[in-house]
Amino acid sequence: MTDMPHSNGADGIARDSHGGKSLLAVDARTRKRNASEARFRLLGKIAVAIGVLALVGLLASILSSGLSSFRQTYIDIEVYLDPAKLDKEGNRDRAQISKVSTFGYKPLIEQGFMEAIEKSGVSLDGISEKEVAEMLSKEAPAQVRNFVLADVERIGQTAPFEVLAGGRIDGYFKGRVTMESAERDRNVSPAQLELADRLREAGVVKVRFNWDFFTAPDASDTRPEAAGLGVAIIGSAYMMLIVLVLSLPLGVAASIYLEEFAPQNRFTDLIEVNISNLAAVPSIVFGILGLAIFINFAGLPQSAPVVGGLVLTLMTLPTIIIATRASLKSVPPSIREAALGVGASKMQTVFHHVLPLAMPGILTGTIIGLAQALGETAPLLLIGMVAFVREYPAGPPEGFFDPAAALPVQVYNWTQRGDPAFVERASGAIIVLLVFLVVMNIAAILLRRRFERRW
Amino acid sequence: MKDNIEGRKLVDQMDVKFETRDVQVFYGETHAIKDVSVDILDKTVTSFIGPSGCGKSTFLRALNRMNDTIPGCRVEGSLTLDGEDIYDPKVDPVQLRAKVGMVFQKPNPFPKSIYDNIAYGPRIHGLARNKAELDEIVEMSLRRGALWDEVKDRLQEPGTGLSGGQQQRLCIARSVATAPEVLLMDEPCSALDPIATAQVEELIDELKQNFSVVIVTHSMQQAARVSQKTAFFHLGYLVEYGDTDTIFTNPTDPRTESYITGRIG
Repeated sequence: MTDMPHSNGADGIARDSHGGKSLLAVDARTRKRNASEARFRLLGKIAVAIGVLALVGLLASILSSGLSSFRQTYIDIEVYLDPAKLDKEGNRDRAQISKVSTFGYKPLIEQGFMEAIEKSGVSLDGISEKEVAEMLSKEAPAQVRNFVLADVERIGQTAPFEVLAGGRIDGYFKGRVTMESAERDRNVSPAQLELADRLREAGVVKVRFNWDFFTAPDASDTRPEAAGLGVAIIGSAYMMLIVLVLSLPLGVAASIYLEEFAPQNRFTDLIEVNISNLAAVPSIVFGILGLAIFINFAGLPQSAPVVGGLVLTLMTLPTIIIATRASLKSVPPSIREAALGVGASKMQTVFHHVLPLAMPGILTGTIIGLAQALGETAPLLLIGMVAFVREYPAGPPEGFFDPAAALPVQVYNWTQRGDPAFVERASGAIIVLLVFLVVMNIAAILLRRRFERRW
Repeated sequence: MKDNIEGRKLVDQMDVKFETRDVQVFYGETHAIKDVSVDILDKTVTSFIGPSGCGKSTFLRALNRMNDTIPGCRVEGSLTLDGEDIYDPKVDPVQLRAKVGMVFQKPNPFPKSIYDNIAYGPRIHGLARNKAELDEIVEMSLRRGALWDEVKDRLQEPGTGLSGGQQQRLCIARSVATAPEVLLMDEPCSALDPIATAQVEELIDELKQNFSVVIVTHSMQQAARVSQKTAFFHLGYLVEYGDTDTIFTNPTDPRTESYITGRIG
């Protein structure tokens, strides 16, 4: 019973008048147990602290380098759309006008910029016109050209434009580029930065919220200021749609059959083991499978959301099946008995009683599976979604077969580029991705609360 | 022998609902029920008593084929309901269970409203042609379950919000709603307090006017209070079956006597 004999007082343990141990004195064994519990609590706290620290560090580093991508430097100018340069024939023929490349627009914009500087009264301070022109983004002529091609009747008029400032100027206002770094930089000079400061005071240059980051397509290496997530967001959304539509019904149907209807035998055991194994298969293997089957064998196009969606469906299915089976299992058998007892068929029992009770778990599993799929990169690299895509895919369902990018792949893509401005873009894209994931997880929690019922 | 003749006479007077002959139930290799032959009468309460693991619940579940849901379970012998073999391959257990309702040990209302709990059975069996008829069935069933007065103002509240005794009466009302002919009860009062038990027992007494009731119980007092016929099971065998009064006052088998006096069990 007790580990120490009662009569022995030599161990130094206090005795009450009845000869038993006093409750007021803690014996050695209890002290030891309490000490080990305290040690375990401390270990637990350290573990939690390390986890929280890692998360805070990660978020801080991403936010500090990525938040600036949501703001962008623009220059307000007025451009005279010179018919002599843009429409030599003078017949406003769109096909003719579209032959004028961005090089044709460049002088017009540079002229507009010079006029804006003159109007604001800011002195050039000896900077050459060529250097002033370099402060504009290489994307600026494309902005104006798109405007003209959208409405050729505007030729001959003077239109106000909000054109992008160059990446270095933008970086200067965000603190990435300094006077010291500009001395060593071939792309920008301190004099240009000083001019930018003066122009900002005069209101010609301004920094505002960067909507284009969410809507614009990717841009080439030399114009990070124009790069956006538009195509990647559409591609990811298309893929999530395909994954949801395919994996939820397939996964739920498979789990219900396996859990409620399938006979227990070697064959179903084998299937079960293999589903669990599939969940552990590295995602890149699914990418190779997708490449071999969907692209090489089935002949689906490369870089298309439909292939990405199919590959991610294969990856998500085991997650959904495992989550669904677990939540079906957790429905108490008494509910099944009750339904069978009033004469419900097996199918009625499952669909009227078991499935509604398992719904919160199924939805949570599905959303977690989707969130996993949303952040998956490796398989998409193999099916060609890493390509540089500037064309928006068409609306669904045709757009499923158009080339598109995906959010995580866009992050991967931008981290490969040389210009440090792309680090900011990549971090910004990570923030967007994280926001999507957080929203999905919150949706999972809310759905679970909403559907949760006690029994 | 004398008992048998008396029993035979009683059978002649009243309708036999379930007739079982040499029933064997196996769970895989385990032989759980051995050679059980029993006649269960209409409009009578029959109680199954016996120590834990004696097979009384197993036998009860064989009567509406609830054992079918247990993998590896096998039933042999003849079980007939109104002369029809319930294990005939042509019999759909779903139809059988509509005729032979069941109440379980733990109250297990559906996590739906009180109304939907009762209405579920009639709905899936198509017993009501319209809402008014369904309302009528719900009210009648709740009255039969002696629950109507307590819940008539809150039919849309969840059935799981009721007290344990009310939940069990709700489950009984739910079984009654499908218009069964036999009601099987597997220790319906074991999770209830004495007051709720008394209410359920009173209810069982009323139910026997319309149904044949079979109740499995661990309480011999309960068996004596509610039932007219008692079957004593031991180690898978039916040891003794007869009028409740006879079993409790003048058992023929020494094992029955030992059990009801508390020496085995």
